Amino acid sequence: MEQGKYTCKGEITAIVSNMVIVKAFGPLSQNEICYFVHDGKHIMGEVIRISGDKAYTQVFESTRGFKAGMEVLFTGQMLEVYLGPGMLTKNFDGLQNDLNKMSGIFLERGARTYPLDTDKEWAFEPLVVPGAEVTAGTWLGEVDEFGTPHKIMVPFRLKGTYKVLSIVSKGNYIISDTIAVLAAPNGTEVKVTMVQTWPVKIPITCYKEKIRPSILFETGIRVIDTMNPILEGGTGFIPGPFGSGKTVLQHALGKQAAAEVVIVAACGERANEVVELFTEFPELDDPRTGKKLIERTVIVANTSNMPVASREASVYTAMTIAEYFRAMGLRTLLLADSTSRWAQALREMSNRLEELPGPDAYPMDLSAIISNYYARSGYTLLDNNEKGSVTFIGTVSPAGGNLLEPVTESTKKVARCFFALSQDRADSKRYPAIDPLDSYSKYLEYPEFDAFAKKNIAENWLEEVEYMKNAMVRGREVYEQINILGDDGVPVDYHVIFWKSELIDFVILQQDAFDPIDSNTSIPRQKYMVEKVNQILRAQFSFDDFEEARLFFKRGIYILKQMNYSEFESEQFREFERELAEIINEKVMA
Amino acid sequence: METKSFQKIYCKLTNITKATCDLMAAGVSYEEMAYVQGRAAQVVKINGDLVTLQVFAGTEGLSTDSEVVFTGSSPTLEIGDHMAGRFFNAYGKPIDGLPIREAKPVEVGGPSVNPVRRIQPNQLINTGIAGIDLNNTLVSGQKIPFFADPDQPYNEVLALIALRAKVDKIILGGMGLTWDDYLFFKHSFEQGYGHSKIIGFINTTDDSPVERLLIPDMVLSTAEYFAYEKNEKVLVLLTDMTLYANALSIVSNRMDQIPSKDSMPGSLYSDLARIYEKAVQFPDGGNITILAVTTLSGGDITHAIPDNTGYITEGQLFLRKATEIGKVIIDPFRSLSRLKQLVIGKSTRADHPQVMNAAIRIYADAANSKTKMENGFELTDYDERVLKFADDYSREILAIDVNLEIDQMLDKTWDLFMTYLTKDEVAIKKEFTDLYWTN
Ligand SMILES: Nc1ncnc2c1ncn2[C@@H]1O[C@H](COP(=O)(O)OP(=O)(O)OP(=O)(O)O)[C@@H](O)[C@H]1O
Ligand SMILES: [Mg+2]
Repeated sequence: MEQGKYTCKGEITAIVSNMVIVKAFGPLSQNEICYFVHDGKHIMGEVIRISGDKAYTQVFESTRGFKAGMEVLFTGQMLEVYLGPGMLTKNFDGLQNDLNKMSGIFLERGARTYPLDTDKEWAFEPLVVPGAEVTAGTWLGEVDEFGTPHKIMVPFRLKGTYKVLSIVSKGNYIISDTIAVLAAPNGTEVKVTMVQTWPVKIPITCYKEKIRPSILFETGIRVIDTMNPILEGGTGFIPGPFGSGKTVLQHALGKQAAAEVVIVAACGERANEVVELFTEFPELDDPRTGKKLIERTVIVANTSNMPVASREASVYTAMTIAEYFRAMGLRTLLLADSTSRWAQALREMSNRLEELPGPDAYPMDLSAIISNYYARSGYTLLDNNEKGSVTFIGTVSPAGGNLLEPVTESTKKVARCFFALSQDRADSKRYPAIDPLDSYSKYLEYPEFDAFAKKNIAENWLEEVEYMKNAMVRGREVYEQINILGDDGVPVDYHVIFWKSELIDFVILQQDAFDPIDSNTSIPRQKYMVEKVNQILRAQFSFDDFEEARLFFKRGIYILKQMNYSEFESEQFREFERELAEIINEKVMA
Repeated sequence: METKSFQKIYCKLTNITKATCDLMAAGVSYEEMAYVQGRAAQVVKINGDLVTLQVFAGTEGLSTDSEVVFTGSSPTLEIGDHMAGRFFNAYGKPIDGLPIREAKPVEVGGPSVNPVRRIQPNQLINTGIAGIDLNNTLVSGQKIPFFADPDQPYNEVLALIALRAKVDKIILGGMGLTWDDYLFFKHSFEQGYGHSKIIGFINTTDDSPVERLLIPDMVLSTAEYFAYEKNEKVLVLLTDMTLYANALSIVSNRMDQIPSKDSMPGSLYSDLARIYEKAVQFPDGGNITILAVTTLSGGDITHAIPDNTGYITEGQLFLRKATEIGKVIIDPFRSLSRLKQLVIGKSTRADHPQVMNAAIRIYADAANSKTKMENGFELTDYDERVLKFADDYSREILAIDVNLEIDQMLDKTWDLFMTYLTKDEVAIKKEFTDLYWTN
């Protein structure tokens, strides 16, 4: 929103850290944005509680130097983002300032930059003709943004049906050009440009309905796609102690997931990790389209040393941008690392407001806030019967790695996939450290997914996966017995059951995120490997002793891993496959 | 602190707690510094004309008619080249008592670096210690703590690394340092380096715990001056960050804030991140690397202080006494440098990642064999061999007093592989065994 239009003024009465109380000389509204006039700069804040003529505000930057009596300007508007062509490849802060446009090495207080490019020309093509009836979200035209068809839509804030009076013809336009004029039912005219604004805390609901997810959202990560699949428009979360691989996993998702647009919200984590994205994404190719990864990506970076209040805003900014792309009928992936830092920002504020604390001093309504947020993702049927989706995957950083804490528990209630990272697996370098027994995907129970899998993967896909999961569980059970009774204290069969589960672990679950081939496994390839492994799991072997079983499976694992590292169905791949068949034939019972 | 003519002086405290005092004062700005009867204090809360000051040296003996002078500015430090070779207290005043020359006052706790202006860290820091250089390689611009029990020689290790690292400046932030440790650092740096490279900001156990809260900002503002304005390579040592966090909890407790886990303030993560995130590689070549110490109690890393630290830093180094050789090593299992993949095999020999992983894997096998032995199970020939390997590996490579170049560490590890193991057991890519497996 522009400076200069203010609904009322006020003055500071109290300051504790970034919570400032302001006495207002006019009407106030909850969550409106205000500016603190300090040293000639306008520093942004948000009203988070109103009591009489007092506005309790959270300031998005440091309050150092603020004084009682300082002037405050209220805008009457909630925090909004600008939506239009030019967001892809951008690096925003939590308030959607374009970080690359900021001058200097250090972030200056009160500095703001426009998120889009005002001068860039876009090749616009109209999609409607004069006379057409349109509503909020209707596609009026499109521009090409790095190969992504970026739809120019009727502003989401317009209510009711409008008539297109005029629309510009095919040509080059900048975002502030009027590209269409619409007539409201009462005859007033509305000029539409290529950019609109939207308040981040309000969901964008320009769609006919939300539908149940059914389509596999490919990530190329076997332990997800095969064992705990996430669906297009679905939700998942990754809890794990520090160093267990949350960020590496999220970056892998950001690189290889089958999304048309990826929004990465770096929320209260390390700056060097976003530097990694800035450095790598312009170099790496999108495995599906061949364009550069950065060209399908928007980064919202509010790292741990950036102001805490805008950390809270950053997750909403990212979600709103994701919803905007969904309204264009695009397959959008939203990643947030880490949602615990967002919850901590809420906790800090709630404590300063002296609210009654809930468990672990988090606000009482933490669960509701988290569930409302997750509910904004989803698979939608648009008014024109196209489909668009926001798939959301957040990380959670539980204190002390203990999953019995409010953020994990609240998230578990709403997210449908649970990818639990285990310290033991991380310690023994079994990456990705997703625990095969604790983790789950509720989508495996969706008849919609069953139907999808039958048609697109294999007739008996879910049975095959189930079979493998059971073998994993049984392997773990006998492992404990072997540990208690000793190698010699159990029958050789027990060793075989154990080694079969190790085979699943090493060949299907473990995956080298840094290997160019192994890191990303296509669905046909996953299916192939599942069948291969299940063949071995179903086979009966004859071993004289446990040592022979161990050597056999070690060898088998080694060969299968080499297959994982080889180009699918290449000569080398076939070579290893033949070698595997040989050693199996030697030991298998007819 | 001399008072200036325009400064207003107040002399009525309305409320005094162990760490804070309140008074009525107008026109005061948030985080402004003040002096209460000569003791440094900072504005931590403003409510109309009622101002709460945090008194760093504690409020013992303050009377309600104490003289309060506001300085009109947030904490500043007189920064300049004069600092090289000198030690300062938590307020940035030289301990040697000599004057400060050619310095400019700089506000401490300044703004963060714009993330898009950062450069991905890429320069290896050699320490000669294999537990670091070989297994958990340090990179300029990294932030990493030692997790150590209080009885371990973490300060000695810190000093050793500082003396071996090839950097332009070493800035020590001592928080709750014993006087003996302060002298130890001072003497070892003076002997090793003369006066040019070392700067220290020291809060000892004799000083008030709340004063410690000033140390990291003092240290890091100085570091930013040398790294950003002078393009120098700066190594920051912070010891002991657990005592820093404890001071935070004292203050938040006095301010009646609702504590979260382990009586720590709910903002602990953000407070620590603000410090550690000052580690940076600037585009013009200067950088700030932070090596910290977080003491543990009883090895518990789930306590809020090490836990929050682990979520912020780029790995951690565990000190452990290796009983088989009776020496301190950096534990190869639990330690991790998250930035090592940016340099190993790239700035170091191509076999580095594989050799490192293979040795640690075999070392882990040895740990299992050892458990087997202790439980009275019979040892196989492989068990015997990996146990011997582990012994030699600890003694000749890992021990903290061994000082080697990385190539030597790699060569020695290959020697041990060849002495005790077969190629299959080591399972390193053929291209490397072809080169280095010489017998
Ligand atoms: N899939 C993987 N393959 C290989 N190494 C991995 C993998 N995942 C994690 N690692 C290793 O573990 C380290 C820590 O991983 P990561 O940064 O993702 O942890 P995290 O869970 O995000 O931790 P934090 O909560 O502290 O941010 C990495 O630097 C890398 O060395
Ligand atoms: Mg992480």
